[in-house]
Formats: sequence, structure tokens, C-alpha cells
Amino acid sequence: MKIYVDNAATTKMSRTAIDAMMPYMDEIYGNPSSLHSVGQSANEAITSARERMAACLGCDAREIIFTSGGSEADNHAITSAARIGERLGKKHIISTAFEHHAVLHTLNRLEKEGFEITLLDVHENGLVTPQQVSDAIREDTCLVTVMFANNEIGTIQPIEEIGAVCRDKGVLFHTDAVQAVGHLHIDVNKQNIDMLSLSAHKFHGPKGVGALYAKRGIRLTNLIEGGAQEQGRRAGTENIPAIMGMVAALEEACNHIDENAKAVSALRDRLISGLSEIPHGVLNGDAVHRLPGNVNFCFEGIEGESLLLLLDDKGVYASSGSACTSGSLDPSHVLLAIGRPHEIAHGSLRLTLSEGTTAEEVDYVIGAVKEVVEYLRGMSPVWRDLVSGKNKFVTA
Amino acid sequence: MALYSEKVMDHFRNPRNVGVIENADGVGEVGNAKCGDIMKIYLKIDDDTITDVKFETFGCGSAIASSSMATELIKGKPVSEALQLTNKAVAEALDGLPAHKLHCSVLAEEAIKSALKDYYDKNNIEYDQSQFPDCASCGHCDV
Repeated sequence: MKIYVDNAATTKMSRTAIDAMMPYMDEIYGNPSSLHSVGQSANEAITSARERMAACLGCDAREIIFTSGGSEADNHAITSAARIGERLGKKHIISTAFEHHAVLHTLNRLEKEGFEITLLDVHENGLVTPQQVSDAIREDTCLVTVMFANNEIGTIQPIEEIGAVCRDKGVLFHTDAVQAVGHLHIDVNKQNIDMLSLSAHKFHGPKGVGALYAKRGIRLTNLIEGGAQEQGRRAGTENIPAIMGMVAALEEACNHIDENAKAVSALRDRLISGLSEIPHGVLNGDAVHRLPGNVNFCFEGIEGESLLLLLDDKGVYASSGSACTSGSLDPSHVLLAIGRPHEIAHGSLRLTLSEGTTAEEVDYVIGAVKEVVEYLRGMSPVWRDLVSGKNKFVTA
Repeated sequence: MALYSEKVMDHFRNPRNVGVIENADGVGEVGNAKCGDIMKIYLKIDDDTITDVKFETFGCGSAIASSSMATELIKGKPVSEALQLTNKAVAEALDGLPAHKLHCSVLAEEAIKSALKDYYDKNNIEYDQSQFPDCASCGHCDV
């Protein structure tokens, strides 16, 4: 068996997305900025792609900026909001402790420039509340940026309500929706979102392409200077094949969003229920407000990297927030943010399903994880000390 | 996975000398769970020779492989020879470790030394303290 359960890292491209890209590498290879027919064909394609993406997000085509991916979109949105704030003398930004590094590191840079950053607590369930945001907003707050859904533990934030708070107080609201787009309903107007980042390869599109939605009237600061592409907001010849693949994948995902969510959630719950049988393990993140495909557990007494390597031997491709997999000493900042102690956070396992995952695969994964956890605990001095009562279990 | 050499993967997948020795002559435990690595070594020593050795490890693939290799390198050896085991020898015997995993081989060396020190202490054998740098001296967990 070969079972890919790392769909939060990236997804396999859909046939629809691949087919949508091919003509733009072959016949319609023109530069959309060229005036001749070959260029204009490409220009028409990108214009229509922008409209189709806008329809999926509930915005206007002019509010879409194609980027190299989610990280660029996050950088672009946050940097722009900071520059707007700076001009108004507002240098306070609110975010959460478990954002993606594309957000956190951008905020770190701004902090060094003199901005004040408030990171909201995400609680043990991995959720922030609109009230927290409301309480944190000050006179000088120029931006609230809260991720739509967390990439590690899959928790879905109350975006519409947070957006309403921000709108009410006149503060710009950005959301990193990289894990949400294609999996959850998005309607930027209804959800009170001013800026949103997305990435194609999280919904079966190609890598290296994404988009930023920025509400009309928001003055963006260019990250890349050059030509007049993207209405002068992002220079560089458009990656037309990738954009066409992204939009085809997005439409396909959005057209099947309810049925996919229902089917994938059922498999997720089957997996959660199976893994819950392992003693002294704990599900990370809220069980209800959760992405359809996300499962994340910590198992006491074992370390995540060895778990992943042994699962790989069994044909199960997963991921972990263990420090050893990242090359750093600290385990995942997300697991630490929800209050997991270091020793527990080292034993984490993230399994992220897709529409292509089957019940048979889920059952195989449950069996494989049980076997590997038991084996590793058998050689773990930490486990021995827990079982003997020398140290106390953290989980039930 | 190409992260590790074949040798590391072999010792990780089929670790040698896993287990516990009841009433061991020397036991050493180093590392801490907060950092994500703990190694525990059990020694059986007869006539100044390591006649049996077992380990338990909580840690990543290279930590398990380093423990396994370290036990192989000292099994059947005189205590004096086991004391000379270096982390470099462990890493070399594994055909190398990625740079950020070298501390696993350091931990293996320290675990062995800690078990030997325990043996000396238990038997009131005099020894040179400088041969036994404590775990904290590596600084790995301090970052």
C-alpha cells in the first residue's frame, strides 16, 4: 500500500488542472503583454481566469492579484497594511500565536521596524474568539490577521465574526486562507474579509502559484517592482499555465465543496476514532471546528520523526510537528501555542486526507500507526517511566 | 528516505541490543524529553569486560540508530576500551549523520560513559573525573 496522507503539505494535481495547463505551454505560449495575436490569446485567458477565480471567492476580478503562492500573498497583504497604517501613525498589528511562518516572520520583521505586535492566545482547542480580537483592537491598530484554518491542527476560526468586529472598528482584516480555500466556502464580502491569501497546490492545483484578494480601495505596496502586470501591483510576466491550472482546480473544488467536505469529514472521524483507541494519545485541536481532512494527534512516550520513518516503511506518508523533522530544537509552535508540553509535542503526528482517500486506506493507516506507536513505546525509556509510575502521564 | 545513510536506516529499522538488563552492573541515562532525545544504556560487566549491553531510546531515527551502533561498538570490549568510544566513531560507523543530527552520536557516547561511571561508582573504583563530561556540557539543549 502507498497511502499519501500529507495533503496539508501539498496535494496531487488533478487531471482537470493538468489538462487546463497544457495548452498554455504548447499553443498559447504568448506573453499577455504582447500586442500580437499570440500574446492577446494569453491575455484573454488570464482575464477570464481572473473572473472565474473572483466568482469562486465572491469578489470582483480587479480585486485578484496572482502571486507565486500563499507566502507571497501573506507578505504582500501584511506589508501593505503596515505601510497604510504607518502613514496614519498606526503601528499596532493583531495576529495569533499559531499563524504560518509566512505571517509570523513578516510580523517579526515589522516588529524590528517599530511596529507593536499582539499575538492572541489560541487556547487549548486552537480557536480564537471575536471577543479577544475586539478587546485587543486599539486606536492605533492598523491590521488584524488571523488564519482561516490552521495548517497543523486544522481548526477553523470564526472568520466572519472576527471580520465583523474589524469592520465595525474600521481596522483592516486579512486572513491566510491557504488551508481553507477549496475546502470551505469562501465569500469575502459575506465573511467581512478585506484581504485573503490562497495557494493553488493545497487544492490539487500546481505549485508556485497563488493569489491575494485585496478589497477595492486598499492601497497595496509592491513587493516586486517592474512591469505593469497585475494592474501595476505585482511585476513579472504572469505564469499563465500555472494560473490556468490553479483556476481550473479551484472551480472543480468549489463545485464539489459540500460533497467533498461530507465524504472527507466522515473519513477523518473514522481515523480519529480509530487512533483514539491508542492509550495516552490526544487529538490536537477542536474536534468540531476542524478542516474536513485534518487529523493531528500527540502520543506520549514516542518521538515524531521515528514514527514518520517507520510509517514511511509501511507506505504511509505523513508529517509531524516534531523538532527533529524541522531541524530545530523546538517542536511545532502550533502545538506549543495550544499548550502541549514539549515532551508531548515531540510525539505528534499529522495525517491530512483528501477526496481521493478511501475507507480502506484509513483503516490501514489506523493499523499501521497503532503498530508503530506500540513498537516505539517498547523501546522508549520515557514510556517505561510513565508506565512504572515514576513520571505522570499528561493525557488520559 | 534519503535523509539518512543505508547504515543508519538499517540500525534504525533493526536496532541491535534493544531492551533492559535486570540488575545491570552499570546504567546510564542522558538527554531530556523536552529536547526530544533520551538514551538509557544498561551494562553487564564481568572481569572488566562488557559481556552484555542493552539500550532504550526515546528519539528520532538517528538517535535510535546511534544507540544501536554504540552498543555494537562496545559489546565484548574491555571497559577501558569502551571508555575510548567517541561520538565521531559512532557517526563514522553509521556512514555519517546529517549535521543537525550529530548531537545524537554525542548523546550515545555520553550514555555509554554515564553507564560506565555508574559501574565505577557502584564498585568504588577510582577514576579520572575528566573522562566523564556531563551531558549538559554539550549545550545542545540550551538553545
